[in-house]
Amino acid sequence: MSFLDIHDLGARYGSLRVLDGIDLSVEQGEVVSLIGPSGSGKSTLLKVITGLMKPDRGRVTLAGAAVDYSNRKSLKAARDRLAIVFQQYNLFGNMTVLRNVTVAPTTIKKRNRRQVEEKARELLDRVGLGDKLHVYPDQLSGGQQQRVAIARALCLEPEILLLDEVTSALDPERVSEVLDTIRLLAKDNIAMLIVSHEMSFVRDVSHRIAFMADGRVQEIGSPEQIFDNPQTDRTRDFVGRISRVGH
Amino acid sequence: MSPDFLSDLPKLFTFYNILLWGEAALTTLLLSAVGCIIGMIVGFVLAIARQSRRRALIPARILSGLFVEIVRRVPFLITLMLFFFGAQVLGFDLAPLTIALIATSVISTAFVSEIIRGGLETLKPAQLEAAAVMNFTPLQTLRLVSIPQALPIVIPPIFGYFVLFIKDTALASQVGVLELTQAGKIMTTKGHSAFLVYAVVLALYFIVSYPLARLGGYLENRLVLSRHS
Ligand SMILES: Nc1ncnc2c1ncn2[C@@H]1O[C@H](COP(=O)(O)OP(=O)(O)OP(=O)(O)O)[C@@H](O)[C@H]1O
Ligand SMILES: [Mg+2]
Repeated sequence: MSFLDIHDLGARYGSLRVLDGIDLSVEQGEVVSLIGPSGSGKSTLLKVITGLMKPDRGRVTLAGAAVDYSNRKSLKAARDRLAIVFQQYNLFGNMTVLRNVTVAPTTIKKRNRRQVEEKARELLDRVGLGDKLHVYPDQLSGGQQQRVAIARALCLEPEILLLDEVTSALDPERVSEVLDTIRLLAKDNIAMLIVSHEMSFVRDVSHRIAFMADGRVQEIGSPEQIFDNPQTDRTRDFVGRISRVGH
Repeated sequence: MSPDFLSDLPKLFTFYNILLWGEAALTTLLLSAVGCIIGMIVGFVLAIARQSRRRALIPARILSGLFVEIVRRVPFLITLMLFFFGAQVLGFDLAPLTIALIATSVISTAFVSEIIRGGLETLKPAQLEAAAVMNFTPLQTLRLVSIPQALPIVIPPIFGYFVLFIKDTALASQVGVLELTQAGKIMTTKGHSAFLVYAVVLALYFIVSYPLARLGGYLENRLVLSRHS
């Protein structure tokens, strides 16, 4: 079975149905990207996977265990294996950059403080923030906060990393640096589920790409299939439109 | 020479009168200190209960909400009288000071709780979501994220409220507690110059409340500055 396996997943905000039978899987070490129009439910899917929003049908299996989102133990076990970088970074305002990165590994996961700190410094160095360790988030630009959030997620040493539009707040020179860091990690055995509008990045980094619309995965396939030889009209439409816009 | 009432000054500070002033000032201090400390502790717990989303805590949420909203809307004197006569009706034989301590603590709890709740509400839910996904327990989220961010926001209004609150402990005189206002009344009925007596009362209120205001200012500076040092 796949490392992350999603079957017939449904979720809604009140009467607005956002996810309507999502089927998706991510293998160990695999990078899968989610693309789709704004409002198609990509962020919502990540919210459901991480337990911030309850599904109203379907099932999520992580590392062979079905996740029961109303069971605290089951949810905790699932969250232990994953990390997410949110679209709006969500750094802790009362902690320095370094503390933001180390707090969960040391305080929650009880890892060795010195090793965690060493790793955190290395990660922050790699995303170009080695000189900002003792600064607070509100003294950083959006792009810098985004990179701290990435370092924070990586420092958790997750088995699967969920990224929601991590490139949107980065300036063009930074995008490549951060992506390199993420790509370096992609060589490890970490699985990734990436939401992005950055088509060149998605194409570069993904093993498979899923196109989402109307609360479902409309098509999933290799980057070549999705971009050069899409099997459905919806995908062709979307890919055609988005590549005309630029990138 | 000096106006007439000044000749009265030494008589205000005979040995027995100094004891009376001292006891009164200590009682005002006690009412204030107990009210502030209980208000902070219980007010904090109620604020947490009010903003909890746990299903098991729904009754606590509703009760603390009712408590805070009612107490804040009722004049202090009424709350005090209710406790005073309520204790009589229910057959509790409590000293007026005990009743005053309970009533003023209840009042400050309600006000402080509301201030803290407001402070907690300014937190961005997104940070709490980030903490939840990283497996922070609700208590860890409070300790590591919510409280450190709410504290600098709520300390100034809390201490601002405490300074007002010290004045409100004067109401305890209505049930016969010997605190500063009551001491003033006793001194005037003894025939001392009322002007002089209340000048002394004013000075003593200032002496009791000034350190608290300073402490508030100190905490505020420390909490705000420590973040960017
Ligand atoms: N908290 C919320 N309450 C109600 N509706 C919401 C909420 N969050 C999102 N929605 C709605 O759910 C739908 C899916 O939103 P979602 O954020 O998942 O889209 P998305 O694919 O991530 O879009 P984008 O590419 O713009 O980030 C949208 O129609 C949105 O309006
Ligand atoms: Mg989104």
